[in-house]
Amino acid sequence: MVNKPKKILILGSGALKIGEAGEFDYSGSQAIKALKEEGIKTVLVNPNIATIQTSEHLADKVYFLPVTPYFVEKVIKKEKPDGLFLSFGGQTALNCGVELFENKVLEKYNVKVLGTPVRTIINTEDRELFSNILKSIDVSTPKSFAVENIDSAIKAADKIGYPIMIRAAYTLGGRGSGVAENKKELIDLGEKAFAYAPQILVEEYLKGWKEVEYEVVRDSQDNCITVCNMENFDPMGIHTGDSIVVAPSQTLTNSEYHKLRSVATKVIRHLGIIGECNIQYALAPDSEEYRVIEVNARLSRSSALASKATGYPLAFVAAKLALGYSLTEVKNSITHVTSACFEPALDYIVVKIPRWDLQKFTRVGKVIGSGMKSVGEIMAIGRSFEEVIQKGLRMIGQGLNGLVCNTTKINDIDDSLINPTDKRILGIAQGMLKGKTVDEIHELTQIDKWFLYKLENIVKIAKELKKSEDRKLLLVAKKNGFSDKQISIIRKKEELDIRKLRKKHNIVPSIKQIDTLAGEFPAATNYLYMTYHGDEHDVGFDNDKSVIVLGGGAYRIGSSVEFDWCCVNSVMTLKKLGYKTIMINFNPETVSTDYDTCDKLYFDEISFETVLDIYELENPEGVIISTGGQIPNNLAMPLHDYGVKILGTSPKSIDNAEDRNKFSALLDKLSIDQPEWASMTTYDEAKKFAKKVNYPVLVRPSYVLSGSAMSVITNEKELSKYLKKAVEISKKYPVVISKFYEGAKEIEMDAVAAKGEVICYAISEHIENAGVHSGDATMIFPPQRTYYETMRRIKKIGRGLAKELNITGPFNMQFLAKNNEIKVIELNLRASRSFPFVSKILKLNFIDIATKVMVGEKVIPPNKNIFEIDYVGIKAPQFSFSRLLGADPITGVEMASTGEVACIGEDIYEALLKSMISVGYDYPKKNILLSTGPINYKAEFLKSARYLVNLKYNLFSTHGTHEFLKENGIDSTEVDWPLENGDNNAVKMIKDKVIDFVINVPKNYTEEELTNDYLIRRAAVDYNVPLITNIKLAKLFIASIARYKIDDLKIMSWDEYKYS
Amino acid sequence: MSAKLILEDGTVFEGESFGSKVNVTGEVVFNTGMVGYPESFTDPSYKGQILTLTYPMIGNYGVPEKIILDDLATKFESDKIHITGLIVSQYVSKYSHWDAKKSLSEWLIENNIPAISGIDTRKLTKKLREKGVMLGKIVFDGEEDIDIVDPNKDILAELVSCKEPITYGDGEKKVVLIDCGAKYNIIRSLVGRGVTVIRVPWNYDFNHLEFDGLMISNGPGDPKMCVSTVANIKKSLKKEKPTFGICFGNQLLALAAGGDTYKMKYGHRSQNQPCIDTETKRCYITSQNHGYAVDTKSLSKDWKEWFVNANDGTNEGIKHKTKPFFTIQFHPENWPGPKDTEYLFDKFVNML
Repeated sequence: MVNKPKKILILGSGALKIGEAGEFDYSGSQAIKALKEEGIKTVLVNPNIATIQTSEHLADKVYFLPVTPYFVEKVIKKEKPDGLFLSFGGQTALNCGVELFENKVLEKYNVKVLGTPVRTIINTEDRELFSNILKSIDVSTPKSFAVENIDSAIKAADKIGYPIMIRAAYTLGGRGSGVAENKKELIDLGEKAFAYAPQILVEEYLKGWKEVEYEVVRDSQDNCITVCNMENFDPMGIHTGDSIVVAPSQTLTNSEYHKLRSVATKVIRHLGIIGECNIQYALAPDSEEYRVIEVNARLSRSSALASKATGYPLAFVAAKLALGYSLTEVKNSITHVTSACFEPALDYIVVKIPRWDLQKFTRVGKVIGSGMKSVGEIMAIGRSFEEVIQKGLRMIGQGLNGLVCNTTKINDIDDSLINPTDKRILGIAQGMLKGKTVDEIHELTQIDKWFLYKLENIVKIAKELKKSEDRKLLLVAKKNGFSDKQISIIRKKEELDIRKLRKKHNIVPSIKQIDTLAGEFPAATNYLYMTYHGDEHDVGFDNDKSVIVLGGGAYRIGSSVEFDWCCVNSVMTLKKLGYKTIMINFNPETVSTDYDTCDKLYFDEISFETVLDIYELENPEGVIISTGGQIPNNLAMPLHDYGVKILGTSPKSIDNAEDRNKFSALLDKLSIDQPEWASMTTYDEAKKFAKKVNYPVLVRPSYVLSGSAMSVITNEKELSKYLKKAVEISKKYPVVISKFYEGAKEIEMDAVAAKGEVICYAISEHIENAGVHSGDATMIFPPQRTYYETMRRIKKIGRGLAKELNITGPFNMQFLAKNNEIKVIELNLRASRSFPFVSKILKLNFIDIATKVMVGEKVIPPNKNIFEIDYVGIKAPQFSFSRLLGADPITGVEMASTGEVACIGEDIYEALLKSMISVGYDYPKKNILLSTGPINYKAEFLKSARYLVNLKYNLFSTHGTHEFLKENGIDSTEVDWPLENGDNNAVKMIKDKVIDFVINVPKNYTEEELTNDYLIRRAAVDYNVPLITNIKLAKLFIASIARYKIDDLKIMSWDEYKYS
Repeated sequence: MSAKLILEDGTVFEGESFGSKVNVTGEVVFNTGMVGYPESFTDPSYKGQILTLTYPMIGNYGVPEKIILDDLATKFESDKIHITGLIVSQYVSKYSHWDAKKSLSEWLIENNIPAISGIDTRKLTKKLREKGVMLGKIVFDGEEDIDIVDPNKDILAELVSCKEPITYGDGEKKVVLIDCGAKYNIIRSLVGRGVTVIRVPWNYDFNHLEFDGLMISNGPGDPKMCVSTVANIKKSLKKEKPTFGICFGNQLLALAAGGDTYKMKYGHRSQNQPCIDTETKRCYITSQNHGYAVDTKSLSKDWKEWFVNANDGTNEGIKHKTKPFFTIQFHPENWPGPKDTEYLFDKFVNML
């Protein structure tokens, strides 16, 4: 029955972006594992170097190349696979596959798409086709019209009646969609949507309807099951990716649940999906009326969530089904006894809460709606909604203690309820505290009262806790998700006092298993969570030598899949060394939380309280806190102080590196240069200091990650304005001001040391000058343009600090280099974002080495020298500005990118082009708009402008740039500023697609960039025209396109790049 | 008010009462379905059982109004609650649903059923899984203590069956439904397909009636207690009329065919049991509620195993090799549960 292909090509999803994040590392990795088990060769195209799926031990061949039809065709031509997997790499892979199918490339090379047929994919993606097909089998869809121009859109809207919903076809995460209340809004939204897709849908707007999803699996023999259903806390109108979601549904009766289930299997059978898909419904709040909103004929964010929520390995099973296996032939890999053809029964509830990072962007709209804006998510497991929602709100890592006891104040509660933002749930809680009733809140939000009653319950308990802390109430509080810290805030005590008190009363959490069958069958699973609704543990705790690895938590700007790579690699090394591995993490989009990654997975909070609870039960050899980024790193000191054994560098040293005063003193002691800085508590002090060191200065509150609230200030006026903001953000901490060096190069060193001796290191350089956050910088490794002298000195400084802090484990340092003078700007005694990048380019796993040294294994320094590498790796950031309506698409000291890729080339030019194409750039076609910033940049850009002329591009330029180019003998067409009324309005030309590439360099570092420039940049993003805003990057990009035509870019797999 | 669940092995679970204050005894079983408590609780097959729900929050959508339509209460599977007692982790008193008329607690109290919340239902479930279903009792302080009694020693079908024949629908074809505790949706499923249903008491000799097909219902307890029912079915089989049975009906037909049944360790009570049709190899997700099963090996060579459970290999249906007799262990009429096997009613009705 099963006709196995010999070699299968798998398409990845590229860089993490809003709407397409780490979940596809999970699905791709599971697919590869499923194929390996079958002895099938696998070829993977994915430029996302920080993923697990691009590890040496998974796919047989990895191509760090853009997932675009052009490159994938080249790979097909070279590798000659006989099968293709499209459904494991998100919308990116799906779109690419559909195009290859329509261009007959797949036919030409005789590549068979496995799983869901492409025809079916097209039927689900083309909205009109889709709704016609559903109509033909009597399944309701929203009233809708597919239109191809604005006039038809207006007519359609008139037929349906406002408000209406607009959606663009073939996009991910609802890009180009929105609600229009009137004709004007329709025209605005419609134009933007058409920039992304040739077709848009004008639809009935189902305000206040419940949003429900089912994950459906079907095999080629027509067995069809629904693995999980989910219900959104936020009703229709908020993108499901931006909604709080629970699984299973809570407010659906048997009749509703199974009615929708039946529709799901009927639709999926009729469409002919083979593998996994997701179907979304709107369900009326006052009847059993429903509408099918969409079907995603692929693994999705929801399927990753469903997989983690149920323990059912959806991607793994989908891969097997694509090979022709039936569901009954695949075993339930959790129980090992039962069949994969079943529907999990949950005896717990999970909640997913999105993680937004809107505060990182200037000018961005904070209101959430039909377009997704969140950058990550968490999943909390427990046995009551109260328990999971409070856990979940702590997990998102935005300083919340739960639903209540937070410092964030919502000023206008009604507004926060009517116009939902990322803080709406806090608005609900604070409204309740002020006496708003469930009915009133329901009226304003349409959130089902079931959820609101539950939230009200939490608020009530918080009030009771003010009066008492007797055993009964404490237990009630713990069952309702109150953390020790929350209780301590209410009781005006220390967190540890509450811990002591509850332990005295024997109030401790129970460890329960996720076993897919609600206890009906014995399960061989170590997929665990904690709850206070229990009085026994499901698992035992043995005396095996074990190590706890703390995961990275929710993906967010500054911390995402790269830390998951570090954690998973750490676990793999520990396993090899014979340790039992225990992972604590709560991010459903990760491989670290996969059922087969570690020996025990605690899908729970990474907090002082929870880690300690687990530590006390498991009694491990120690805890690794240095592979999961800043979240676990922040726990180093508190855990250490409590007596927990932290593996690796001493938490004292971590504190010495993170505390600015201590670190600065240390640098002074070692005679290592650093930018002048001072810590200020008043504005006057700050003003005086800034004057002393001369503007520009870098201002930031102390103890922060990824520069939140950091800013470069160029004058006193700005300083006064900024400080008001910064002080508001962080009252507790003083403001730190340091001298900002313009035109300085930024260099990083990633390294591992053992007992103060550096074992391995990798130095990389940024293309952009200092001023661009290291997470947004384009990074070259090995460095190509840094003096040998500089490298030598950096190495020396690294060695010195490693020795002084007695580092054992991973660390990362950042330096400024100007005129061969080196200043240290940061030292992190943990793995950094660039660990997977340098490890994979150098082909030396830094985390493997770090893990070994942290558990005391002896490691011989490896003999790998960067001078013997015959290739260059370039890591480029992925921005998601198009999803963040209104955000100014510039880079600065605040990190803004949501993901990254890295590609390999024979030189920086080839590597850069591959990387930039991977993050959405393309060769300019014909017309380039230039606006090159201040005079020194204009001069610096001259040579590049000449290149462009030689390459026969037509240059367009704004007034100043035009003048400058003209003076220097370069022809360009002058365009008018957006706010001018000229015929050659820059924005209009971008909109009309006259301009196909924009280079717009901001004039200074401040947030308040001139509106004209902002409008040009925003137009480029809104109308999907490639945009470069950094002068160094622009220059190198142009130098690259001058050297390489697309045909010259080599199609080489990772293993083909070798040391000389 | 606190209440206790005491198992026959002496284990005590203590929680909060949210039902009637009345001491009861029964067989303690668990169900893993995540929805459908109004339907489940009124399923007569639960007679004599203290039901534990593994889903941790119960009561979410309240209880709908009892509306009688075509002589049957809609949205319920019989006229009253049949479970003896209820055990949950968290009782949700503040329900929310457009169709709800009262809370679960109110409904339980109306029906004089005790219920306990705040129990580690997973611990209880695992205990039942490991040791098998156990007898137990729910007791309240201040109420007179009761003994633990095994309900399966009684003919439970007798307690839940109708007392007189009742006719539903006005279709041309007539089906006799032996009511050993029939769920209403069996009647609805047949009447909805244009059939007249003559519902007869469990021990009624229907062989003198004129009918086109026989339906043997689900029901509580040990099938071997229903000696007269088995005898009536035996007689009926000679007429070679299409015969279909569900759950208890599967067991009764097996007994009538000379086969044997046995008590399972902890039975199947859930909405996610995968059953494979041995003829087509297709797998269906089914709703189930049974503690006894047919011993496939005991069947004569005229019979074959029709459905088999994909999880544990137990019998899920039998079929005569040449005659139109077929029964299944699961519930194609669902309520609660998936509707995947409703097609079996079509199959039956088309044979009439």
